[in-house]
Order: sequence, then C-alpha cells, then structure tokens
Amino acid sequence: MKLPAALETFADREHVFEFMARGSRVPRLDVSHNVILYLEDITVAFDGFRALNDLTLYVDAGELRCIIGPNGAGKTTMMDVITGKTRPDSGSAWFGQTIDLLQLDEPEIAAAGIGRKFQKPTVFTEHSVFENLELAMAGDKRVWRILFAKLTPAQIERIESVLETIGLKDQRDARAGSLSHGQKQWLEIGMLLMQDPQLLLVDEPVAGMTPQETERTAELLLGLAGKHSVVVVEHDMAFVRSIARKVTVLHEGSVLAEGSLDEVQNNAKVVEVYLGE
Amino acid sequence: MHTPLLKTLLTERGSQVFLGVLIVTAILVPLLNLAVPADSALHVSTYTVTLLGKYLCYALLAIAVDLVWGYCGILSLGHTAFFALGGYAMGMYLMRQIGTRGVYGDPVLPDFMVFLNWSELPWYWHGFDMFWFAMLMVVLAPGALAYVFGWFAFRSRVTGVYLSIITQALTFALLLAFFRNEMGFGGNNGLTDFKDLLGFDLQADATRIGLFLATAFALGGGYVACRAIAASRAGRVIRAIRDAEGRARFIGYRVESYKLWLWTFSAVLAGIAGALYVPQVGIINPGEFAPINAIEIVIWVAVGGRGTLYGAVLGALVVNYAKTWFTGAFPEVWLYALGALFVLVTLFLPQGIVGLLARARKTA
Ligand SMILES: Nc1ncnc2c1ncn2[C@@H]1O[C@H](COP(=O)(O)OP(=O)(O)OP(=O)(O)O)[C@@H](O)[C@H]1O
Ligand SMILES: [Mg+2]
Repeated sequence: MKLPAALETFADREHVFEFMARGSRVPRLDVSHNVILYLEDITVAFDGFRALNDLTLYVDAGELRCIIGPNGAGKTTMMDVITGKTRPDSGSAWFGQTIDLLQLDEPEIAAAGIGRKFQKPTVFTEHSVFENLELAMAGDKRVWRILFAKLTPAQIERIESVLETIGLKDQRDARAGSLSHGQKQWLEIGMLLMQDPQLLLVDEPVAGMTPQETERTAELLLGLAGKHSVVVVEHDMAFVRSIARKVTVLHEGSVLAEGSLDEVQNNAKVVEVYLGE
Repeated sequence: MHTPLLKTLLTERGSQVFLGVLIVTAILVPLLNLAVPADSALHVSTYTVTLLGKYLCYALLAIAVDLVWGYCGILSLGHTAFFALGGYAMGMYLMRQIGTRGVYGDPVLPDFMVFLNWSELPWYWHGFDMFWFAMLMVVLAPGALAYVFGWFAFRSRVTGVYLSIITQALTFALLLAFFRNEMGFGGNNGLTDFKDLLGFDLQADATRIGLFLATAFALGGGYVACRAIAASRAGRVIRAIRDAEGRARFIGYRVESYKLWLWTFSAVLAGIAGALYVPQVGIINPGEFAPINAIEIVIWVAVGGRGTLYGAVLGALVVNYAKTWFTGAFPEVWLYALGALFVLVTLFLPQGIVGLLARARKTA
C-alpha cells in the first residue's frame, strides 16, 4: 500500500520536523538557485558617512570570489553586515534562498554556516592552539551540551588533521598568544576550517605572511572552493592573481567593476580610482 | 589539558594544597576544641572555631566572585546582595525558630513585628518555619534575582565598568529597601537573637563545630564544582568570552547564555555562604549590603590572585585575618591599609600572592 506523501514524512523516522529543530529558528540553507549570498542595496552610514552605499553583490555557491578596493572602500564593513556585527540602514542580505541574515544575530549566523577570518588576527591568546581549534569546532554550542561534552576520538582526529594542514602541529600546546603574526593568521584559518562553514569570509589572509606562507594559503583556499564558497578580501595583487577567478572592485561603498582580474585591471574607472595610483 | 576532573585536582599544586589544608583543618579543629582540655596550649577555643567558620564563609564568597570575575571577566559588585539574601533567608528561619522565647512571647510573630504592632505574618514569611523551605529559599532567592538581573544585563550586552556599576546599584537599592521597617525584614536592626537551628542550641560548642564543619564542606564542594566548570569545555568557552567576547559570538557561542548560567550559579554559591554565615555571627542586618563590602571581596580576590579559585580562598583568609588584627589594634587605620593593599597589589602583583608564589617556585 502506498502512503500519501504527507503521511510518508510522519512514517520516516529520520525526518526532522522544522519545529523540532530546537534551539534554532534558522531555516535550512537552500542554494537550489546556485547563489549562496545575496546582498541587495545595502547602505551603512556612520554619522552620515556612507561606508556602504547601495551595495549589491551576489556570490555563487562554490565560488571563490576576490574583493579588492582601496582602503576605506567598505570591504570589512560588508563582512560586518553579513556576519551580524553591523546592522545596515537599508537593503537586504540573504544566505541562500531561505535565510534572511538581517533577522539573525552573530551566533545564529555562525550556526547557519558562515565563518569569518578577521582582518586583524583574533585568536584566543590565553588558550592553547589545540583549544582554539576545539572552541571553533562545528557542533551544538549551547551551554548545557558543552558543559558535559567530551571530545570524541573522531573530533580529536579532526583537530589533529587541521593542525597538520595549518602547519602548527609542533605548536599544538603552545599559548596562541605566543605565535608569530603569520602563525596566528594560520590558526585563524584553521579555526575557520574547524567551523566547516558553507560560506567563508576571509579578510586579508596573507597580510604579514612570507611568500611561502602566502603560497600555501592560496593552495588551501583553492582547495576549499567548490565544496565551500569563499569570499576573500586582499590587497596583495600577486596573491589575488594566483587565486582569482572572479574579482569585484569596491569603491566608496559600492561595486565599481566585476569580472576577471584582467578585465577589471583594464577597466578605465578602476584604473582611475585604484590601480592607477 | 583534557584530563578528567579528579586528575586535575590531584595534579594541580594549588588545588592539592587547598583541599589538603581544608581537610586537615576540618579534622583537627573539632578535635582540638572538643577533645583537648581548655587549659592546654593546643586547645582551640569555640570563639576561634566560629571565627574560622566565618572566614570559610568569606572564602566561599570569594570563590563565587572569582568564578565570574577571574574566569569570565564580570567584575561583580553585586555579590554582597546575593550573600545577604541567602543570609536573610537563613535568618528568617532562625527567627521563626525562636517561637515564644522572644521578648514579647508571640508564638508566630518575631519581636520586631510585635513592636511594629503588626497583627499577622506577612505572606513572604510563611514557610520559613520549615527548614527545607528556608534552605530552598537560600538557593532560590539569590538565584532568581541573579537570573532576572543577568537576563536583562547580558542580553543588552552591558559589559565592563558599566556592568560593575549596575551590580553596585542593585546592591545599593536592596540596602535601602532592607533598611525600611515596612519591608518586614527588621529594618536597620535586621534579624537577631537567634536561639537554635534544627533544635540545636546555637550557643553550644557542638553546634558551633557542626556549623564549622558544614561550612568547610560547603567550601570544599563549592571549590570542586567551580573547578569542574572551569575544567570543562564550557570553562574554556567562558575564558574565551573573557578574552574576546565578540570573537566567541562569531564562532557561534551564545555569549549571554554562558554568562547568565555562570552568574546565576555564582550567586547561588554566594547565597549559601551567607546562609552559613548568619548562624555563626548571630545577626543579619542591612549593613551586609553595604557597597564597601562588595569592594572588599574584590580586593580579597585580587590580593590572592584571580582566576585560580584557590587564590581567592587565600586572599579572603589573609585579608580577613589582617582585618581582625587591625580592627583590634588600630581600628581607624584599617580602611587605609586596605586601600593601600589594593593599590600595591594592582601595581606590583597583578597575579596576587598566588602569582608571587608561582614565580618564587620557578626561580627557586
Ligand atoms: N564603526 C565605525 N564608525 C565609523 N566609521 C567607520 C566604522 N567602521 C568603519 N568605518 C569607516 O567606514 C569606511 C569603510 O571601512 P572598512 O573598514 O569597511 O574599509 P575596508 O575596505 O575594509 O578598508 P581596509 O582595506 O583599510 O581594510 C572607512 O572610512 C572607515 O573609517
Ligand atoms: Mg578592511
């Protein structure tokens, strides 16, 4: 006998009803239109100064997007809006088709699947490198769960493998505050990996890195694209060239140009405000 | 690093010393009081037992403050309020125990109510004739106040000095309220003239010993509970919040929930300390809410060394011993000495005595 479709969902033991997904009022991520991030007409004003000015930007699922632009163009502010740190004065921001980012706060946005690496590396300096990765690990982060949670062997293995990836195996138990600038950058990238987000926002990842470290970062980010969507803000043009497929140029809070790196580098407006300097 | 609690306690020097000394004290002090004749040099007087019991209450209060301040960066000037509320809940039970032995001999109404010409017990005094109910209130009154206060404060993301100031305002508001006779808590005289607890005479040596042991047990239990929280994954999240609150939010932690639970738990510990304090000192009055007390607790923790728990215990003992001595010898200098101590510690001993000892051990 065939059950009607509605009943079938009840018969399916694995089915999780929306109302039972406790502790979260965040819908599931839906990227069926192949776009993971919609920013439309976003304006952010600080005391009348528009850090973002009717910014409209779309990022495809699985894409690796580079964002460039002069200092003060609004790149970091854009990330602040996406991650819930700053509320825009107008506009809309959607994560996939279903998640309205402007309705959520920082932990909800993180739980929905957006991770961020800050421009200024911010690791937990008093914790060990291992503990920093543990803190960032994806999973239920509510108080009572975490209070009694023990790391499973699989989780420890995961942390060890990220330690390997970011080249900090020997610093496993070192205080994060004792790391060099470049190592902190790596640790933050490692924390991003531990979160296993769908969308990674990476603000100036190679600042302060040696050429070798920069190269490894490029490899890592390229490896992530496809399964994840990555938005990278960077001033280092050589680095951008090594990873970029599509580049967006921001200027005075809105998009000035978009296209391949060669296209935007030959764009007259871009040459004028940015690359020509 | 990711070791079980027991192992942490057994390998950590400070915890070893603290728990060892606590256990030895809890065994020796009753023995030296009860079994050694009063004329022996080894005899510990009942006065000393009670004084030690009082110090242990302060130590528990110091742990409660260190848990939120040292581990989560919440500098509370409100713990006197939780301490006093726990004390008042115990005091109300002790008042109801007096029964007809009061000056006015009223079987139900405490003396101060008869004095105010009240004819019946206010509703919130009901139930306090039962020990279990009073003990429930010792936990619930400070716990509920802390929960409600914290819910508003942490959700609105009040932090730092501003949070300290509103915790101070909370204490001060309660101070003023409890001073009023109409509140029904004995006004500025507070609650006193207690006779017995669970049928045991409060003046008897054995009762004093019992209270001392109960306090030692509460202190040990509170210490282990705080240590367990600090050593858990939640403890690492709490320290992460202390060091970089915004960052913790961006990796998905609901900071306000963590703060709220830690804060409430800490308030309950303070309430228990207050409840143990009152029968040993024999009185609770609004003076316990005094803002200066809140600052004193912070100084205990700073002097001992914050963020270690055992440092808080050490600080509470050292400063209170000094206070007992000073207020006996030079009462007028005490507040200056306390202020000077705080300044010296802040400038030269940011890790407190515990930090100094650790440094001495390393160089030795
Ligand atoms: N909280 C704030 N209050 C006032 N002005 C701000 C604030 N945050 C950013 N701004 C201003 O908004 C503008 C955009 O800043 P933003 O940090 O987004 O630039 P950016 O593109 O990331 O620059 P950079 O390449 O230097 O990192 C700048 O002029 C900055 O001074
Ligand atoms: Mg920036």
